[in-house]
Amino acid sequence: MRRQSYDGVVLTAPVTVPYVRYSQETAHWWIARALRGALDRAGMRPQELDGFSVSSFTLFPDTPVGLTQHLGLTLRYLDTVPMGGASGVVAARRAARAVQAGDADVVACVAGDANHIDSFRRLLSSFSRFSMDAAYPYGYGGPNANFALLTDYYMAEYGATREDFGRIAVAQRDNALRNPDALMKKPLTMDQYLSARPISDPIALFDCVMPCAGAEAFLVMREEEAVRRGLAFARLDGTIERHNAFPDDPIQMRGGWAMDVDELYEMAGCAPGDIDLLQTYDDYPVISMMQFEDLGFCAKGEGPGFVRDHDLTVAGDFPHNTSGGQLSVGQAGAAGGYLGMVEAIRQVTGEAGPTQVADASKAVVSGFGMINYDRGVCSAAAIISGGGA
Amino acid sequence: MTTPLKPPKKKDPQKRSVVPTLPPLGRSRAALGLTVAAAEGRFALQHCAECGAVQYPPRDACMQCLSADLDWRDTPSGGKVIAETRIHASPDPYFRERLPWRMGTVKLDAGPVALVHLHGDVARGDRVRLSLHLDKASQGVIVALPTERTDAMEDDPLMRSLTAHPRYRRILITDARAPVTLPLIHALQKAGASHVFVGEAESWRRWPGRDSIAALENVSIMPLDVTDTDSLQDLAGEIGGKTDILINTARFVRPGGVLGNDTVFARDEMEVNVLGLMRLAQTFGPSMASRTADGTNNAAAFVNILSAHALSPSPGYGAFAASQAAARSLSQTLRAEFSHSGLRMMNVYVGPTDDEWHQPLPPPKVAPSALARSIVDGLIEGLEDVYCGDVARDLAERWRRDPGVLERELTGGGS
Repeated sequence: MRRQSYDGVVLTAPVTVPYVRYSQETAHWWIARALRGALDRAGMRPQELDGFSVSSFTLFPDTPVGLTQHLGLTLRYLDTVPMGGASGVVAARRAARAVQAGDADVVACVAGDANHIDSFRRLLSSFSRFSMDAAYPYGYGGPNANFALLTDYYMAEYGATREDFGRIAVAQRDNALRNPDALMKKPLTMDQYLSARPISDPIALFDCVMPCAGAEAFLVMREEEAVRRGLAFARLDGTIERHNAFPDDPIQMRGGWAMDVDELYEMAGCAPGDIDLLQTYDDYPVISMMQFEDLGFCAKGEGPGFVRDHDLTVAGDFPHNTSGGQLSVGQAGAAGGYLGMVEAIRQVTGEAGPTQVADASKAVVSGFGMINYDRGVCSAAAIISGGGA
Repeated sequence: MTTPLKPPKKKDPQKRSVVPTLPPLGRSRAALGLTVAAAEGRFALQHCAECGAVQYPPRDACMQCLSADLDWRDTPSGGKVIAETRIHASPDPYFRERLPWRMGTVKLDAGPVALVHLHGDVARGDRVRLSLHLDKASQGVIVALPTERTDAMEDDPLMRSLTAHPRYRRILITDARAPVTLPLIHALQKAGASHVFVGEAESWRRWPGRDSIAALENVSIMPLDVTDTDSLQDLAGEIGGKTDILINTARFVRPGGVLGNDTVFARDEMEVNVLGLMRLAQTFGPSMASRTADGTNNAAAFVNILSAHALSPSPGYGAFAASQAAARSLSQTLRAEFSHSGLRMMNVYVGPTDDEWHQPLPPPKVAPSALARSIVDGLIEGLEDVYCGDVARDLAERWRRDPGVLERELTGGGS
């Protein structure tokens, strides 16, 4: 069956609550601030909201159910998307269907996490059963070690060098210097990237994201509602979602995008060449490179050549992770899975300010989440384009 | 190439001993199958009884057909390292003390992919032999080893942490008079033990063979009586802080069932075989448990020798079998108590031994030298459950299959 379009539904009111490396505040606090920010932009009171989608790792002992009472919300649509880096895209596509079908009028999609001293270690230790049984006992390198293995394999298989991954990290830092909310404030040179402290060979310090606290949010509503409220908005042209793709691949060299990419562009009625900017999920540069390939910007194994041939900065010929991405802005838990979506909405609506890509009208946002054992399980992507004003 | 271990220097008593930390301890119930196999030195993975799929990590349902009928079977252990990393940063205290730490991804010939510890002599692209070992948390972990033996491979720091190899360790054998003791001393010295203490009860009582033990180099005969708490406390005060491996060879055995047996013998069996073990654990256990991270010659294992009839009695040795069942139960509690320190509790199950108390029994019987070899092999492999000899292996296999049927067979119900 042909998938139905998301006609008549829009994404709007993107909000970022600036990240903090360590904060005593709770996930509830961060989520409340992001939600308040989005509602303020739309001129809505909390009592008017009827839909809520939450992604967070640190609400315990609460769930989003507890959050509704905590925040005084009365809802007829409540969703939780526990998909880490894929949460932003997945929350948007689910909320869009709910609004399209009339199950909710406005869905606030929010992701936020706390980061206390030692909370990252504790989060890791209860992350997944396979991790507990079959990954942590082997050196407890966490995701760094997993992605080191993927990077090691990718380098051996496709001849990528550390410089190739460095190009991604250095360009993102360049973008981050334009973004006042980025935690990384200093320029990063290729020499600094290459000589950084090793974390898990071949991965070094600047291949890794910095865990922090923060929150991101946007609203999903009917187009006429956004127009009525005078909001700039983005349309959802196409989306894909896939979990546990290619389980027989011995090591992850492709994500679920590779299964569904044709459908993504077909639904959106465009091709990779029509895209003005790309927001990948960049927990490590190797994963961004994999997304360049799997999302059709170059063939499998050509990622290294692609980054050598393109300028990935805001002003470059292939603007990528224009806010600086998680590598330079920070990874605020599940909010990391929203960073690209929120920035892309700003970009295609011309609201990105200092990181604005000139004439940006169409963006690909990609999500990737949850190292359950040896690879990321969830992948998702969306194509959005500016509408309205 | 593994760098061979150097003999440890004498310990500076003013330096603080390293406090033992453990690698991650938590496991799902399904994953404990790995630990059970590791304790016995087998390489076993989950197989689906319906479709035959081999899977890893352990699951509760088959990833091919969703059958819940999964069991652990010995599995071909070949594979290839397809990726590797050297971890330089870890939030875990155990690994932080041991960085950098090498691990890798192995594609098994049997199908699944596993994240594994890498022996120092293997790297990406290598064919490897996978082996299950107990780590310091007493949990099973997968290690990729070279397919062929390499020089000093057991001296690799990883292997040293996963085994209780006698090399450069000081060992206490509790009963000099036990037939296994002399061949055991030889086997331990051949494996590189630096010193062997041998306990002797009632030293005023002469016994044949004492001279041949006393004449050995790096062997000391010490007064030790497992039925006498004072003697144990005295000895523990003297050598408890340098006992790296304790091997309890003391045992009291008399033939006879229950109805016609003398309770005096039964009391002696309990006194030596059960309470003796308890006293040894109480006097030597705490100092050993505090020294499991104490350098090259850290404390590594507490070894207990049990009759395989600890699992199910043979009526001809009824009271003795009862003492063995009790000792087995105690040792399992001790294993739990030691597990917080990483000290290994190794049970060596043995069939009838070739000695005066089993004289009328038909073969096969276990020669003392064979028992000694099993003990040392178990230490070298780092096992916790060792079955020595055909009788013990057969009994354990039948016990695993059906304890009820085994009982009936042993007590005369079977043909």
